[in-house]
Amino acid sequence: MEQREMSYGRYQKNRPMLYHTRYPILWWVKKWAYVRFILRELTSVAVAFYVVVLLFYVNSVSQGPDSFAAFNEWLRSPLSVGLHGIAIVAVLYHSITWFNLAPKALVIRVGKKSIPGRVILITHYAMWAIVSTGLYWLITTT
Amino acid sequence: MQQQSSKHIGKRSNEPFWWALFGAGGMIAALCIPVLLFMTGLAIPLGWIDAPRYESMFTLLNNPLSRLAILAIVSLSAFHWAHRFRFTLYDGLHLKHLNAPVAFFCYGCAILFSAYAAFSLYSF
Repeated sequence: MEQREMSYGRYQKNRPMLYHTRYPILWWVKKWAYVRFILRELTSVAVAFYVVVLLFYVNSVSQGPDSFAAFNEWLRSPLSVGLHGIAIVAVLYHSITWFNLAPKALVIRVGKKSIPGRVILITHYAMWAIVSTGLYWLITTT
Repeated sequence: MQQQSSKHIGKRSNEPFWWALFGAGGMIAALCIPVLLFMTGLAIPLGWIDAPRYESMFTLLNNPLSRLAILAIVSLSAFHWAHRFRFTLYDGLHLKHLNAPVAFFCYGCAILFSAYAAFSLYSF
């Protein structure tokens, strides 16, 4: 049950009373759909973690072979592997939920007809495959 | 509620601007980050694929186009984080009364990080 209370204490003449609805902080643990929502939003933390790592990686290359070797050493540490292990699950969840929402977020009209959601979905997954293969190829062949 | 909404009449909202950055960041992150994270964070450190040599990595990143692409990835992803994290705090913890400081903190971090990224990638 939601707890509702009227803020009688702040009542002032000629001003409407505020009607507060109070939620417990962990309101979202009660339903699996809400937990999924919060988890999806928290994937952004993994995204932020990785882009910071990526920038440091590039900076270590610019600082010379020794910093690059030192950064690679850190990447091999159990802490880094553990964090990246959690982060890969989160960023995959981000990609999947993001692409699955695309048909709802994008309504593309051609003339009077709109492109079916299935086509938009397949296009996004195809783009994901192409970009991933391209980046994999770029890094492994350099 | 009436009071709150009347306050915004005549004032253009900047929400669409942040939302556009959030959307662009979400898309670029969804496309590029899983494979990059898998390679630099897991496959190379764990020896599943051969580690790139320093010289070849330097050549790849010495190309301004590579660094421009990295700037786009890290900066837009940071704004994606800022927007999502802001609303996670807003909805998840119900910090409605802290809307302004939370937004300032989140977007501020993304702006500072992007500026730092632009500077360090430019002066590679």
